[in-house]
Amino acid sequence: MSEWPLLSLVIFLPLAGAGFILLIRGEPDVVAQNARSVALWTASITFLLSLLIWANFDPSIGGFQLVERREWFAGFNISYHVGIDGISLFLVLLSTLTTLVCVVISWESVQIRVKEYMVAFLIMETFMVGVFCALDVVLFYLFFEGILIPMFLIIGIWGGPRRIYSAFKFFLYTLAGSVLFLVAILVMYLQTGSTDIPTLIAADYDPILQRWLWLAMFASFAVKVPMWPFHTWLPDAHVEAPTAGSVVLAAILLKLGGYGYLRFSLPMLPDASEFFTPLVYALSIVAIVYTSLVALMQTDMKKLIAYSSVAHMGIVTIGIFTLNPLGIQGSIIQMLSHGFVSAALFMVVGVVYDRIHSREIASYGGLAERMPFYATVFMLFMLASVGLPGTSGFVGEILVIIGVFQVNSWVAALAATGMILGAAYMLWLYRRVIFGALVQEHLKLIRDLRWHEMAAFAPLALLVLLMGIYPALFLDPMAATVDRLLIEAQATAPTELASQSLSSR
Amino acid sequence: MFDLAPAITEIFLAGVALALLMVGAFRGEEPGASRLVSPLVVMALVIGMFLLLTGDQARALTFAGQFVNDGFAVYLKVLVLLGAALCLIMTPTFLHQEGIERYEFPVLALLATVGMLMMISANSLIALYLGLELQSLALYVMTSFHRDQTRSTEAGLKYFVLGALASGLLLYGCSLVYGFTGTLSFELLARELQPAADGTVSVSAGVLVGLVFVAAGLAFKLSAVPFHMWTPDVYEGAPTPVTAFLAAAPKVAAIGLTLRVFYDPFGGWVGQWQQIIVFISVASMLLGAFAAIGQSNIKRLMAYSSIGHVGYALVGFAAGTPQGVYSVLVYMAIYVAMTVGAFGCILVMRRHGRALEQIDDLSGLGRTQPLLAAALAIFMFSLAGIPPLAGFFGKLYVFLAAIEADLVPLAVIGVLTSVIGAYYYLKVVKVMYFDEAEDSLDRPIGREFAVIIGGTAIFNIVFCLYPSPLLSQAQSAAAALLS
Repeated sequence: MSEWPLLSLVIFLPLAGAGFILLIRGEPDVVAQNARSVALWTASITFLLSLLIWANFDPSIGGFQLVERREWFAGFNISYHVGIDGISLFLVLLSTLTTLVCVVISWESVQIRVKEYMVAFLIMETFMVGVFCALDVVLFYLFFEGILIPMFLIIGIWGGPRRIYSAFKFFLYTLAGSVLFLVAILVMYLQTGSTDIPTLIAADYDPILQRWLWLAMFASFAVKVPMWPFHTWLPDAHVEAPTAGSVVLAAILLKLGGYGYLRFSLPMLPDASEFFTPLVYALSIVAIVYTSLVALMQTDMKKLIAYSSVAHMGIVTIGIFTLNPLGIQGSIIQMLSHGFVSAALFMVVGVVYDRIHSREIASYGGLAERMPFYATVFMLFMLASVGLPGTSGFVGEILVIIGVFQVNSWVAALAATGMILGAAYMLWLYRRVIFGALVQEHLKLIRDLRWHEMAAFAPLALLVLLMGIYPALFLDPMAATVDRLLIEAQATAPTELASQSLSSR
Repeated sequence: MFDLAPAITEIFLAGVALALLMVGAFRGEEPGASRLVSPLVVMALVIGMFLLLTGDQARALTFAGQFVNDGFAVYLKVLVLLGAALCLIMTPTFLHQEGIERYEFPVLALLATVGMLMMISANSLIALYLGLELQSLALYVMTSFHRDQTRSTEAGLKYFVLGALASGLLLYGCSLVYGFTGTLSFELLARELQPAADGTVSVSAGVLVGLVFVAAGLAFKLSAVPFHMWTPDVYEGAPTPVTAFLAAAPKVAAIGLTLRVFYDPFGGWVGQWQQIIVFISVASMLLGAFAAIGQSNIKRLMAYSSIGHVGYALVGFAAGTPQGVYSVLVYMAIYVAMTVGAFGCILVMRRHGRALEQIDDLSGLGRTQPLLAAALAIFMFSLAGIPPLAGFFGKLYVFLAAIEADLVPLAVIGVLTSVIGAYYYLKVVKVMYFDEAEDSLDRPIGREFAVIIGGTAIFNIVFCLYPSPLLSQAQSAAAALLS
């Protein structure tokens, strides 16, 4: 336990940075440059502080650590309660890292209203870190929904031509899902008299009520993940958002759904989770196969990667609902890996978009000639997305597939087709963009990666390889938490699944 | 002699209104009179708040039991006075710019406010009607105050005709209740209508029909569906400060009055009136959400928005529990803060000296006036109920109360309509931030606007940090009504 409130510091430091940026006055150019610098400093310090969280984290404890608790809504048993466990630890780190990367990649690509842009990102960082640390449902919901405001503005102000449609679709779609979650929160609060997440986990709910609560939560998390058929907002939002917006969407916002299942659905509603497992499997399989096929036919690079996100998140949801340690650990690793890889792939698209202003695959070809560094970076992340051994993508997918194989071999077989199709669309994309002859006139003078772009790719590349080569670094801290989660997620009527998960250790 | 202390605020304000009328009469039509009277009225409202807060908050009756003052009344009265004062502070600039500066305006507003305080403190059907009429008559005149403008006079006339009809319905309901129970006093009514010892309620059809008529009359004042038809036209036609006043103060008073009628004399009849309130609530939320989508005039948009918000307040109301009253009181406080702020922004929408009302006129405000745009965006997100802004907590409490009272479907409809409603609030944000910039609005905005808009915006943001003061006040106010 650290002496000072480390988590609150990490949560609210970006907000302070945002407030500071708002106070900057002067010539437009100077303001923009100062806003960038302040944002970079704030994001860097926040990231370093979040590394301290890791340093202070005790991997042998399965419960919540670094807990802070303060009275908030007197008389309502609603408190400001934050803490982390092995699941949220890395998601917090992912959030702080992603924000830092976003600030760096926006250094030159964003030229209009830089001040507001940086403010929006820093406010979003507060919400993102907060949502993963919150141990009170009302606090969680506050951050969960609050993210919509800065993201709406980021898509709408700095986005592409159809940005308004996409921003509205993103906002209303996710809001519609979340409000039902709110109703579920209120029902659970009235059942237990508390909004404290550990208390809610410990409470027992009537099996029929559980199913309704589960569906209400599902509406929210399935939209966020997004699961087929609730995914249609994602391609639009991704395509129209500015590069950094897509990066945050892919790396963090999609993880909120998976995190929600792990934090709420499984431990609080074990019976319903077991009951609905076939539904989740079915939707995930459809997502994997269908969206992979859709990705094959895309002509827009960002859209292709957006659809591949849906497919990869399908693997995550399958892994979560295997209810065994391998599957769950695999799904968390897959979430982190997807956070690095899809973020990097959106940045890869952003790099050429900044130069040529086209996302069409057809306007590229033969980039390897002029952009060797770019081709290398692209290849690394493309292969990680495919799940090549030695990269992070492989670890996550193989763990999930082994995990699900213990439960249902058919699901495992179908999920594995996603890997094959994934290889097909990613390799094809790479061939069309990077290889071939450089014939198109407008590509003749294209420049290779700049220093700040390399700086943004470097940490992600490092993490992808590190996680691929030495996954224990990430798996060990979460092991105790996953064990705890599985005990909580045991249905009140003991089943075969639970004993299986113990024997598989 | 009976003790007038419980009604001291109303007596003081009514006296000030009459005195200021004399001042105005002697100073004549000259604009100086208005400039003198306006600040005095605001000052009187502030003194009224002071009298209320320092006065005795224990339940006390006067005027032969027709008038009651308790913690519940004090909470709502302070809210009404605050809303009225904030609106009146923003009024003189507008009236001056429109060339309709007359001293009657602040006096009428003060009289309307006295009427609202009477409504909140009414403890018999007669007192209820008196307060309501005092308020309404003053508001009819205020609505048509821009007498050279057809829209304004039309709005006033429409409001008057429909309002008179509603008053008729209300009176008819009151007379039925009186005829079947033989009393006008809320206390005697409560004793008459309370459930028997075994919990069964003997329902008299006559009283029930009377209750329905009373509910219809009150729903009109609340602008709840299906008695909302006047709202968009009146909101659009009335001078903007009047619209702001209408949206903030009378709504609080009407909710307070309705709460008292339904929870005090008819408190034992929750089972009878719950379905009426549930219907009104659902209809208001649906209409507020859908009808606002097509609006291009921001005042009309706010009219539908206010209909929707009444629907949300009634979600808590329908619970019929102490928690329900509490949630409505919290909701109204937050509603006033959002509405006054939003109308503050609408009042400063002027270009080249002309008042603007179209949403499109806000194009590009995010670039030309970033602070004003940020404030209006905060109000819009708060009205939409997006956390962490105050509007979210208002909704949270009413839905919590409804679910606690086993009205889960009502809460589900509520949250879904709030998603639909979010669409048109977002549209305002979209116009300000995503659309190409037009000419800047007139600058600088008056200092009083800056203070009020800034203050209410900050309230909307920081409410989530320090909710307890407001919540504990609302809690004790709700307890006072039900004791």
